Amino acid sequence: MAEIRLEKLVKRYGSVEVLHGIELEMADNEFTVLVGPSGCGKSTTLRMIAGLESVSSGEIYVDGRPISHLDPKDRGLAMVFQDYALYPHMDVAGNISFALRLQKRPKPEIQAKVKEVAEVVGLTDFLHRKPAALSGGQRQRVAMARALAKDSGIFLFDEPLSNLDAKLRGQMRAELAVMRQTVQKNMIYVTHDQIEAMTLADRIVVMHGGYIQQQGSPEELFKRPANKFVAGFLGSPPMNFLEAELVRDADRTFVQGASFKLEVPEDKAATLAATTRQVIVGIRPSDLNFSADAEDQVALDLKVRVSEYIGAQSVLLCACGQDDVTVELKSETPIALGETLRFAVRPEGIHLFDRSTERAL
Amino acid sequence: MNTANRLAPYMFMAPAAVIMGLCLLYPLGYMIYGSFLDWNPSQSIGEADFVGFKNYINLFFDPAFRESLGVTLTFAVSVVIAELVIGVGLALLLDRNIRGMSLLRTLFILPMMIAPVVVGLMWRYMYHPTVGTFNRFLKSIGLEGVDWLGQNALLSVIIADIWQWTPFIFILSLAALQSLPRSALEAARIDGATNWQQIVYIKIPLMMPVLIVTALLRLIDAFKVLEVILVMTEGGPGLSTEIVALRISRTATEFRELGTAAAMSNYLLILLLLLTVAMFAFTRFQDARAARLARQVQEEG
Repeated sequence: MAEIRLEKLVKRYGSVEVLHGIELEMADNEFTVLVGPSGCGKSTTLRMIAGLESVSSGEIYVDGRPISHLDPKDRGLAMVFQDYALYPHMDVAGNISFALRLQKRPKPEIQAKVKEVAEVVGLTDFLHRKPAALSGGQRQRVAMARALAKDSGIFLFDEPLSNLDAKLRGQMRAELAVMRQTVQKNMIYVTHDQIEAMTLADRIVVMHGGYIQQQGSPEELFKRPANKFVAGFLGSPPMNFLEAELVRDADRTFVQGASFKLEVPEDKAATLAATTRQVIVGIRPSDLNFSADAEDQVALDLKVRVSEYIGAQSVLLCACGQDDVTVELKSETPIALGETLRFAVRPEGIHLFDRSTERAL
Repeated sequence: MNTANRLAPYMFMAPAAVIMGLCLLYPLGYMIYGSFLDWNPSQSIGEADFVGFKNYINLFFDPAFRESLGVTLTFAVSVVIAELVIGVGLALLLDRNIRGMSLLRTLFILPMMIAPVVVGLMWRYMYHPTVGTFNRFLKSIGLEGVDWLGQNALLSVIIADIWQWTPFIFILSLAALQSLPRSALEAARIDGATNWQQIVYIKIPLMMPVLIVTALLRLIDAFKVLEVILVMTEGGPGLSTEIVALRISRTATEFRELGTAAAMSNYLLILLLLLTVAMFAFTRFQDARAARLARQVQEEG
């Protein structure tokens, strides 16, 4: 229904520029998640699309039509807010139908629509309650229903789950994923929670410092992060980073750190520029396997300091010389604290970053 | 020992209770007792004749008192309505970030800080038929002067009161507006509400609890207004601006009927008491409703 394109989008507050020329395309019916730490400009971008913040320069196109000069109401979009933003003096039905009543739609049509969306979000029994008499999860559903009732092509979410407790957040996340399958809309979702981003998105846009760091499918970003920031931001527990130097020895390439020396797989080594020496090695905690008899050039020797038992998995906090390394493994693996153990690194799990630019190599 | 313990709290409260009794209840009781007497200022209260409800009954059928009550009601209701409309309107207009806004807001509330007697004098001079600001201005642009404090005396004092007290409603409305949930207003903008629709459907309903309390406070105040009108018109011409407070003071001093004046005060007191009770009832009702809603959520877990 709607294709959105951001072109060189810039936001300035006075002389401070917070968004530096955002370029982004969102295809029709795509679920795009803008993710990043607080202050990265993700909410500002969303609010500019919504029309709640002015555009300093650049343009927003919906189906090829520039919209940055339009009022929010004329942009044909619906939005769910972090604090729900319900109208406290109206009951649930009143909240859901507000936009339709402003449009002066016929009464029977409004009633039918309210009934329909209330069923979708499971609020049928609460239509005559005021927001004050609803729990957090129910309020979030009302906000969702209110956005659904509008029938607009674009759906904006501004951290919709961050005011809920952990259990409810997981539940609502699953419900959103289900709703996502039935509702055909272009959805843009802002969150700082990388798990929400990974589970919901068709396309993740990682933002940091007012720039887009990388965009792509969750798998693409997880497997081939473009830089150290993206690599460290996505994935839990986060990726381990170790400083090292590239060492070339005959036709083999190694990364050598203070207390390890790993061989770089051939296909990866082939792409490295001959001048590169100073690198950062990135290894995800899940790419380390306990393996006592692994060979030197594919393994790290780690001293286990703390073991965090989380059920089926345990997270080990280890020391590799002066560096900290996190390992994730099955809980039944026999591990004793204080021991130095050998962990094999999966060859495809070695990520290399340039130490000065932090770009992936 | 036990008895002493139980009495202890009352002992501690006693000084406060005594002071309150002396300062508050004694004058009130004195006035209520006085209202049942035929009492001349030259007599001490003990020498006056007890006449029962005669003062009240006489007043009830006294056309001058009734007219005075009518003037007070007209005055109070008109000023409160006008001040609400102008005060809320100004607040809606000025609820935004403009450069120099804080200075502007301070200027707006200045009238409220001026002593009532000064306000009365100021307006009396501005309303003066020949040398007053208004008529000189009207004449300078070729219009007839208006007989401000003569034929239009009630309107004139109403205007002066609006000038002085609109800022009160303005500040409270502005505070109410600025504490409204920002995101609900943003949601309304996205839902398609125009500025006007945001005011009518979102802002005013959400401000309502504050507006009701503010209006009642102003109403109570407007019933007791005295100095401004005393200075401007002394209740005249005729009885056209003689509000109850002014009539009470004249009954006591000019007509030398302390009993009747006391009875009049009690009528006013009853009226104000009703308004105050209404205000308390309203806030209690609000609290009770909020508590009920919160309980409902808790019960469902």
